Amino acid sequence: MKKFIALAMSALMAFSFSAAAMADETEAPLAPVPEDFKAGFIFLHDENSTYDLNFINAAKEAAEILGMSEDQIILKTNVPEGQECYEEAMDMADQGCGIVFADSFGHEDYMIQAAQEVPEVQFCHATGTKAHTEGLANYHNAFASIYEGRFLAGVAAGMKLNEMIANGDITEEEAKVGYVGAFTYAEVISGFTSFFLGVRHECPSATMEVTFTGSWYDETAEKEGANTLIKDGCVLISQHADSMGAPTACEAAGVPDVSYNGSTIDAAPNTYIISSKINWAPYFATAISSAANGEEIPTDFTGTIATGSVELTDLNEAVAAEGTAEEIEKVTAQLEDGSLHVFDTSAFTVFGEPLPDGFEADVDTDPDYAPDTAVVSDGYYHESEYRSAPYFGLFYDEEGNGSPIDGITLLDTAF
Amino acid sequence: MNKKRGPLAHIVKRSAISWQAAWAIRALAIVAAIAACALVTFLLTGDDPLSVFRTIWEGSFASERRLWVLLQNISILLIISLAMAPAFRMRFWNIGGEGQVMMGVLATASCMIMLGGKIPNALLIVIEIVAAVAAGAIWAAIPAFFKSKWNTNETLFTLMMNYVATQLVAYFIIIWESPRGSGKIGIINQSTQFGWLPQIGEYKYLLTVLVAAILTVLLYIYMNKSKHGYELAVVGESERTARYIGIKVGRVFVRTMLLSGAICGIAGLLMVGSTDHTMTTTLAGGRGFTAVMVAWMAKFNPVGMIFTSFLLAFLSKGAGEVATQFGLNQSFSDILSSIIIFFLIGCEFFIQYKIMFRKEAK
Repeated sequence: MKKFIALAMSALMAFSFSAAAMADETEAPLAPVPEDFKAGFIFLHDENSTYDLNFINAAKEAAEILGMSEDQIILKTNVPEGQECYEEAMDMADQGCGIVFADSFGHEDYMIQAAQEVPEVQFCHATGTKAHTEGLANYHNAFASIYEGRFLAGVAAGMKLNEMIANGDITEEEAKVGYVGAFTYAEVISGFTSFFLGVRHECPSATMEVTFTGSWYDETAEKEGANTLIKDGCVLISQHADSMGAPTACEAAGVPDVSYNGSTIDAAPNTYIISSKINWAPYFATAISSAANGEEIPTDFTGTIATGSVELTDLNEAVAAEGTAEEIEKVTAQLEDGSLHVFDTSAFTVFGEPLPDGFEADVDTDPDYAPDTAVVSDGYYHESEYRSAPYFGLFYDEEGNGSPIDGITLLDTAF
Repeated sequence: MNKKRGPLAHIVKRSAISWQAAWAIRALAIVAAIAACALVTFLLTGDDPLSVFRTIWEGSFASERRLWVLLQNISILLIISLAMAPAFRMRFWNIGGEGQVMMGVLATASCMIMLGGKIPNALLIVIEIVAAVAAGAIWAAIPAFFKSKWNTNETLFTLMMNYVATQLVAYFIIIWESPRGSGKIGIINQSTQFGWLPQIGEYKYLLTVLVAAILTVLLYIYMNKSKHGYELAVVGESERTARYIGIKVGRVFVRTMLLSGAICGIAGLLMVGSTDHTMTTTLAGGRGFTAVMVAWMAKFNPVGMIFTSFLLAFLSKGAGEVATQFGLNQSFSDILSSIIIFFLIGCEFFIQYKIMFRKEAK
């Protein structure tokens, strides 16, 4: 066991080493932050939520990168997605913050409200969708090309399926993956589609079933969802929901699991394979440094593998198929140099047909849900380019029934 | 030599206590509570208790904005507590405030979404008010009607109605969500402000505060000076007596709950129409339950409720500020709030009873 962990550690280190080296080449050093400059952070929950913990750690890391003291950052947890968010944002501006961040999708409108009232303070909202159409100089959105991370995690999952087929544990037809989602929201759909395309990149016979919990954090529902999928014959599970529900269900059933938002190796040492996550620290650090020095912050920032925003954590060699680390490294390089695209239109079909050039998606947020921007060109679907937040959603037929790409089955769409 | 000695101390019910003495006991309780908090803070975190208290204070009073936020929080909590008071006065255990507020929220939000821009804004606001009041009132009257007809248990009934209301709200959020699949509505009519209640001058929260003040006065008169108020007290003391003197108890149940629900509906109306302008399942945020405590601690006296709702709103703002300034988990601040509330509720015992110590025998 110890040997495996050591192996895993060395593989991981090699991997992060190369990522760091790449980041160093592309990134200019950040301008220092004056001692009287303050940054405020608004979080939906506290550190008990893995989603918020990821943001809280990134905020602290960004302060460390910039050499900011404890007094220069204000962290406010448990801020609901309502008037309280506006009040906290304004209160942070009152306290002298030059930049304010918020981490939850529902905070967006309140951040915009604050941005309208205090033009001299910068407001940055992670996961939001409105900055590119709002036209406010001091309001910004950010996300990351996490679909690339998902794809790479899918590669690890696909290799595991191949290993199971080669071992005779399952047949090629039985290579069915299960996925526990939160809502039928574009972020989730983009996530499981890119994951599935990663799986298919390695294991072409794979299919996938998806179930939704209707909550971003519901341990019981996520556990139930994973168990349902396992009973349904899924031989590998992944999830887009923030609790330990799915990983613990997988560990109990002995089914391999690809995690999200950070490693779950401690809770599931015998089934956890790999995890992808967004590291917000590079964005936070860049945005704070820009705000402090009067430089422009991008209206809509999309972090990438190169900026260190998309990370894979803790490849568990005890569970992963042989050669996974090397394969991930190879595919990463292909994604980086543009020879491989996650949403290559020749790699998937919708309603039996590949997506045509000029296909439009709903990128601008409005209550009509109408497609408004051409997103397919040069042979691939351009995700997170016309807006940082993912927009690869379901595809709708004439009757308005939503469907994912072929090969994926949604077990329920109530949410 | 061997005299039989009584116990060291025994408890005697006070026949009457002057209001000065009662408030002296309460003041002592607050002092004791603060001392206990200081001790717990020091023992558990090593932080200086005085600076923790200063931070609690700053949470509400450090800036004009915070003061307004405090006033708004007090007002909403006070309005919901006022709604609880009449029913509890007659010993009708309405713990459905949360759901009644949510129905007001749902009614207001649906008017804003469905009718915004289609009819004149003034008319829309009138419809909104009527809808919110009616929705809250009907939601509250249903358990009262069942109680008066078939003597159902109102505690369970009102409690269950909370979950039904919350699920209804969740259902409509999925219908009106934007963007698709996000499970969020966002600020309703952010650019057009259709259906938003008017803002008084430059003060976002003044309307809420004024409504709370007016309702407090009205409820005070209703409970203390009106025939209805007297009937509530009689029903609360003894339903049989009430029947004997010709009060139709069932009718009083329904009538009072209509009133309670209507006031809860107003709270929902103010949240959606005046401050938050959105609908989420957590908008009431447990205040339907906190309000029971607020009303109870003030002995259902509307004026006393101003103080108790201030205390709870103040503590909760302070708790959040302590969590931020000291990098402590919010749970720690909740511990401090709970200690203070424990002492405040506990001290009522000493107002009701006195402890007699054994006198030394001569």
